[in-house]
Amino acid sequence: MIGLEHYLAVAAALFVTGVFGIFLNRKNIIVILMSIELMLLAVNINLVAFSVHLGDLVGQVFTLFVLTVAAAEAAIGLAILVCFFRNRGSIAVYDVNLMKG
Amino acid sequence: MGIATLAFYFFGILAVGSGLFVVVARNPVHAVLWLILAFLSSAGLFILLGAEFVAMLLVIVYVGAVAVLFLFVVMMLDVNFAEFRAGMAKFVPVGLLIGLVLLMLLGLVFGEWSPSAVAPSLRQAEAPDVETMQNTPALGNLIYTKYVYLFQAAGLILLVAMIGAIILTHRRREGIKRQDIVAQMQRDPANSIELKDVASGRGLQ
Repeated sequence: MIGLEHYLAVAAALFVTGVFGIFLNRKNIIVILMSIELMLLAVNINLVAFSVHLGDLVGQVFTLFVLTVAAAEAAIGLAILVCFFRNRGSIAVYDVNLMKG
Repeated sequence: MGIATLAFYFFGILAVGSGLFVVVARNPVHAVLWLILAFLSSAGLFILLGAEFVAMLLVIVYVGAVAVLFLFVVMMLDVNFAEFRAGMAKFVPVGLLIGLVLLMLLGLVFGEWSPSAVAPSLRQAEAPDVETMQNTPALGNLIYTKYVYLFQAAGLILLVAMIGAIILTHRRREGIKRQDIVAQMQRDPANSIELKDVASGRGLQ
């Protein structure tokens, strides 16, 4: 029988893949956003696995909210990206230096 | 090895493998397609766990909305993605190092451990038996009663995100004819019709 640990292992692998993707594609902001989505997905798998394992539905409710925030984050992030591309004609991370911060 | 175990390994390997392809794909369009596969196989994992509602939500929200949004943006932006690949090799070692360290930390889940004895008594909302109530009605019972304010707040977050995305990407273009409702309402026959007395056989100049 598949136990909790197996689901946690899948989630851990997905999370690490997301972190690795951020390091690997640090110039390409679209792939960085996709890596963030992967990490949020791993968190969702963790929440649902614990929820089912402990017999507590709150974990799945939280998954719902994480999903909401992930969708909102993707929408705003991509909107900012499109806006930035219109102004600068580029989406490279190192070109984001308008504010000289 | 039962069919459930087999399905778990299938979906698990598919999820991790496609996640890996998302970050190493050369073409961002391919990366989005791998992302869709990762979401679909995670939905399969959720169904195996017995969380059908979240699984369907994942398919609808992530595959139907978020991934398509990514696809639109990737195809809309006219960017040379090849140049991003240039310095990629030099980030691989540090990425692998940090990834490996993190994976070793997260690998501790495979140790000998079990939930505390008091854990069952700390449950906020005990999941009902599947025979009496399925997953979706049980979740509905919970989010429309105990978590209704949080649910409304989630809706508010989506509304703010929608308004923000529209405001950020909306662009007023000059030189386009638009409807001006106030001007339309204030028109009257006195300033829109001109009567001319046309002489017979001469026409109008």
